[in-house]
Amino acid sequence: MPERASAQTWVEVHRMVLAPGERAPQTPDDTRQTSLELKVKGFLIYAAAIGEAVDIITPAGRTLSGTLIAINPAYTHTFGAPLPELSYIGGEVRAMLKDRGNAP
Amino acid sequence: MSPPNSYAAIMGQKAAIMRTSIGIDYAQYATGPLSFDYERLFADTGYDLDAIRTIQQHTAVGNTPLVELANLTELARAVAKPGHGARIFVKDEAANPSGSFKDRRASLSIHEAKRRGYAGVVAATSGNYGAAVASQAAKAGLICIVIQEAFDSQGIAQPEIAEKTRACEAYGAEVMRLSVGPELFYVFLQVLKETGYFNASLYTPYAIMGIETLGYELAGQVHERAGRFPDVVVATHAGGGNVTGTARGLIKAGATDTQMVAASVDLSGLHMASDHDFNRKSFTTGHTGFSVPFTTWPDRVDVPRNAARALRYIDRFVTVTQGEVFYITQVLAELEGLERGPAGNTSLAAAFALAQQMSREQIVVVQETEYTGAGKHPLAQLNLAKQMGIAVVRGHPRDNQPGQRIVIPQHPAQIDVVEVDLDRMRSVYLRNALKTLADGQRPTEIDVAFLAAETRLTPNDVWEVVHEQGGTAG
Repeated sequence: MPERASAQTWVEVHRMVLAPGERAPQTPDDTRQTSLELKVKGFLIYAAAIGEAVDIITPAGRTLSGTLIAINPAYTHTFGAPLPELSYIGGEVRAMLKDRGNAP
Repeated sequence: MSPPNSYAAIMGQKAAIMRTSIGIDYAQYATGPLSFDYERLFADTGYDLDAIRTIQQHTAVGNTPLVELANLTELARAVAKPGHGARIFVKDEAANPSGSFKDRRASLSIHEAKRRGYAGVVAATSGNYGAAVASQAAKAGLICIVIQEAFDSQGIAQPEIAEKTRACEAYGAEVMRLSVGPELFYVFLQVLKETGYFNASLYTPYAIMGIETLGYELAGQVHERAGRFPDVVVATHAGGGNVTGTARGLIKAGATDTQMVAASVDLSGLHMASDHDFNRKSFTTGHTGFSVPFTTWPDRVDVPRNAARALRYIDRFVTVTQGEVFYITQVLAELEGLERGPAGNTSLAAAFALAQQMSREQIVVVQETEYTGAGKHPLAQLNLAKQMGIAVVRGHPRDNQPGQRIVIPQHPAQIDVVEVDLDRMRSVYLRNALKTLADGQRPTEIDVAFLAAETRLTPNDVWEVVHEQGGTAG
């Protein structure tokens, strides 16, 4: 059963803007094989399930239509794990300054 | 007959849509077949430096700290030749409301939109400018729509852009996220047409004048601290607005001998509209994918005439590698206690190398910083790089390969700049300018004077190029 959302829920919708054959003339070959897609978030006008065609009101007050793809979508960008390629730099440069008699 | 909303149909309406959404009649500035009155474009805005400073004061923009990076200077001196190692200062633009110098550009654009009675503003940008416009629009009570190029065909969102999406939504803007491609402008035109909102372009005179206060401030701040103007100011260079605005501000402050250095991350080999390459670069702006095309043809933008004309102001153009910027970002945090976004440290990496070429008494100013956090942070960017199959290693920066290998220096002495040939940039620019002439049309004397100003060549030099190229298009 696809997840349902009630009216006025914050959601994300998807739309195809240009099909692969409709891309701008200067589009490089690899991109040319793909569609130009649009994703926008807004408040659902009528209750609906993921995958259905819906209308939303965006924060700009515009009514946009699309396919419902996410309900209350989380922001998932983060930091990730520390990297050994960065972790030692601080100790290295502090040692260099200490050698010069200027320990910070 | 193309369908009404097709790429061709909408692009065909570009001029009409631009006229309504910017409210500047660029045609009236034409002075010849290819020239226009650049200074009058600025003068006609009706704003001067004092007016802009007042506007920015009311919107919490500007008057950012100038910070001397004493420990970084000491590190540069540790690897420089004796007597070398200029004092490194940074203008902490992250202190602006939305976390970057872009607030200066947005403040004037939004002020003008409101003054003219527009109900809303639209910006096409995946960068900090979107958040800046959203933030200023919120303050001004204007509706805001930001259009981003945000994810690839696999649905993988660039984490830096995901953070901008979040910020714009936090300020109450509508954010339209597009997949990779060269059609950002096409979607932008459609939205402007449908809404009738103001085009908060990065390239109107408003957006450039907003940055002049940055150059003006830093000149005054250095003078106050050191009794003289900076020897060198380094600005990250992409579309040209940063360099143009800062240089104009320095000149207005009287710092006419200050050397203006443009710095970009070298991403040669990557195609900017390529679905494959999109998430294989760690910098979404401040790189050669923008700076080279924009330097050699500024009028490729979303307004008929770009107010950002970097070749007029650049004294020196250098590149650095992605790895060097990540390294210096780490050093800035651990030696100076300033945790700032990597993209905003492109000019810091360049300045670290340049300081070693200068004497100890001289002063180099890094003209910006930007905020950092989830998505923007070096960890987020380098973890994405690894996920996309890019090697991330310690080594010598010269072994870097954009899209394949990011090399973090093993030692600060390895950080260096690569010179970009400005003479070649000037030649390419002139060729592009002359191409706009109709068949058989020759440039006028005014055109040549304009081209001389654009490239800082003499009119004679320009005539030579005109004759070499047959003086006509094609």
